[in-house]
Amino acid sequence: MTMQDSHSLAPGRHSARTTTPGPVDQGADVQPYVTADGRRIGGVLMDLRNITLRFGGVEAIKNISFDIREGEIRAIIGPNGAGKSSMLNVISGFYVPQEGEVWFKGFRRGPMRPYQVARLGIARTFQNIALFDGMTVLDNIMTGRLTMMKSNMLQQALWWGTAEREEIAHREKVEKIIDFLEIQNIRKTPVGRLPYGLKKRVELARALAAEPGLLLLDEPMAGMNVEEKEDMSRFILDVNDEFGTTIALIEHDMGVVMDLSDRVVVMDYGRKIGDGTPDEVRNNQAVIDAYLGVAHD
Amino acid sequence: MFYREAGDFKTTYSDDSQTFPLQLDRMGYYAVLAVAFLVVPFVIDDYWATSVMVPFLIYAIATLGLNILTGYAGQVSLGTGGFMAVGAYATYKLTTSFPDISILIHIVLAGFITALVGMLFGLPSLRIKGFYLAVATLAAQFFLVWLFNKVPWFYNYSASGQITMPERTVLGQLVTGPSVSAPAKYLVCLVFAVALAWLARNLTRGMLGRQWMAIRDMDIAAEIIGVNPLKAKLTAFGVSSFLIGIAGALFFAVYLGAAEVGEAFGINKSFLVLFMVIIGGLGSIFGSFAGAAFLVLLPVFLKNVLVGGMGWPTDLAAHVELMIVGALIVFFLIVEPHGLAQLWRLTKEKLRLWPFPH
Ligand SMILES: Nc1ncnc2c1ncn2[C@@H]1O[C@H](COP(=O)(O)OP(=O)(O)OP(=O)(O)O)[C@@H](O)[C@H]1O
Ligand SMILES: [Mg+2]
Repeated sequence: MTMQDSHSLAPGRHSARTTTPGPVDQGADVQPYVTADGRRIGGVLMDLRNITLRFGGVEAIKNISFDIREGEIRAIIGPNGAGKSSMLNVISGFYVPQEGEVWFKGFRRGPMRPYQVARLGIARTFQNIALFDGMTVLDNIMTGRLTMMKSNMLQQALWWGTAEREEIAHREKVEKIIDFLEIQNIRKTPVGRLPYGLKKRVELARALAAEPGLLLLDEPMAGMNVEEKEDMSRFILDVNDEFGTTIALIEHDMGVVMDLSDRVVVMDYGRKIGDGTPDEVRNNQAVIDAYLGVAHD
Repeated sequence: MFYREAGDFKTTYSDDSQTFPLQLDRMGYYAVLAVAFLVVPFVIDDYWATSVMVPFLIYAIATLGLNILTGYAGQVSLGTGGFMAVGAYATYKLTTSFPDISILIHIVLAGFITALVGMLFGLPSLRIKGFYLAVATLAAQFFLVWLFNKVPWFYNYSASGQITMPERTVLGQLVTGPSVSAPAKYLVCLVFAVALAWLARNLTRGMLGRQWMAIRDMDIAAEIIGVNPLKAKLTAFGVSSFLIGIAGALFFAVYLGAAEVGEAFGINKSFLVLFMVIIGGLGSIFGSFAGAAFLVLLPVFLKNVLVGGMGWPTDLAAHVELMIVGALIVFFLIVEPHGLAQLWRLTKEKLRLWPFPH
């Protein structure tokens, strides 16, 4: 999925999403602002400061800092192996960086297990779909509600009081997401039997079921056809628009990135080589070089 | 009347998540329960109780227990025999120490004790998986049998090294010991089996069950949606061992009456219960009963047909049994990992659409 073709850096097709440039330099001015299409971008939600991540001798992330602001769609782009997925893994607690700080909602986050990060309201999807194949679509999405379930084991064993009431209440929420993503007809299908495009959608549904404050999407459109990509873009925009969910996404399709995102981080060989609005990034010489494959020093 | 869902509409989500979504299924289930409670106790004789119904119900509980761990939570265990032994020895120690307290309470307590032991031996599952976990539970199996053999306190220093169940009553009825009646034995096991199956069903359809299955299907993704792997795995070991412990308690107290640990709860038990899970169907409550019924009935059936009917020698019939079981295990592992339960489901799917399959 490399983005070698240069025309993909051409201006986005739907310029409606092009944003009024806000203050992009982190740490500087973080006044809330309203985008051209009327979405409110708030203060800094997640702040990554000087993150360095090593695997043995390999530095997958080299001293990277950037922030994600409330309500925005933040894209992370870069060639294969640039360290994008590693960055998401740092945010979601899979990897603990050797250096640097992760700030969330104004607090510095200590080293956390992924399930603890989930409880902070951070949900994600994976580059290689990670669904529960043996379970139905409905059960997969219901698992997304886990962090909100309160009934204890005894209540569940007796299926009594809170357990049943809770199950029904959460089922209602999940049905809304099922309607939203237009997957009513596969509710009871075991996930293992679904085609690729639908699996990606179910994975998004599961992440949405958690009602996350921050949603991380690792290549949500990889391997999809044009139509599926359009559907997925629409869903992402709607999630951001209707629920005000902050989204960080990795994507190779430059057209999609330029359309969807408010701000873009560009990575290459573990370094950050660009950060700004889609327009700024598109005109950034380092970014153009990276995508055109200019030799590295 | 046709078996199908047309006209069987669900108007609430609680209806939709019922154990038996189709009304006909539900009625069939209640009919089985009614026969089991209201008819069988009056007709059951000693032969049927000892060779069929009591072992079937006890193995069904053990299979349900192992199925929760292996079928639902995806953690392999070869320690079933050892955990059954814990249930048996706990019951023995409890009832000989506190003879005035109801044996039913002791059996449930034995379940809780086994749950604790199971969680202890489940701790390695946080680090190791698959084959290595199987070996670790195998070690638990051998360790537990060794322990109950070696430490005389467990068998109250009896000369034979065996444990022998004293006579105990429930509501004035004798339920343990050599002279217990067939209906009493059967009913005690039936009550436990039905109650535990109901608990297991509730746990597996709720959030805990989803966490177990999530860990089974993809532990990384499970963690990312908020499943604490430690908690999910240990609860699976705990609930599983609770059931297996009660099965062991009943096996000793109601079925055998006296037991020598290596013989009653050896590695063979672990494999037998595992085979019941595989043949019945991984991750299915119904399958646990089907698998137990199948492997309890098969030897009885072969003995009656081959030895009794056709005059084969007993050892030949036993070999035939081994071959059949072996072939079935291979078949189910390769062709149908969801076992008899899945075959049953497929039959029902066909019936649902019958007579217009397209
Ligand atoms: N668990 C790991 N162990 C060792 N090296 C790793 C690990 N995960 C990632 N890497 C290395 O870190 C670098 C960045 O990988 P990463 O998956 O983050 O790239 P990416 O930008 O997501 O690429 P792609 O576009 O192909 O998904 C690569 O060189 C990769 O080999
Ligand atoms: Mg990646």
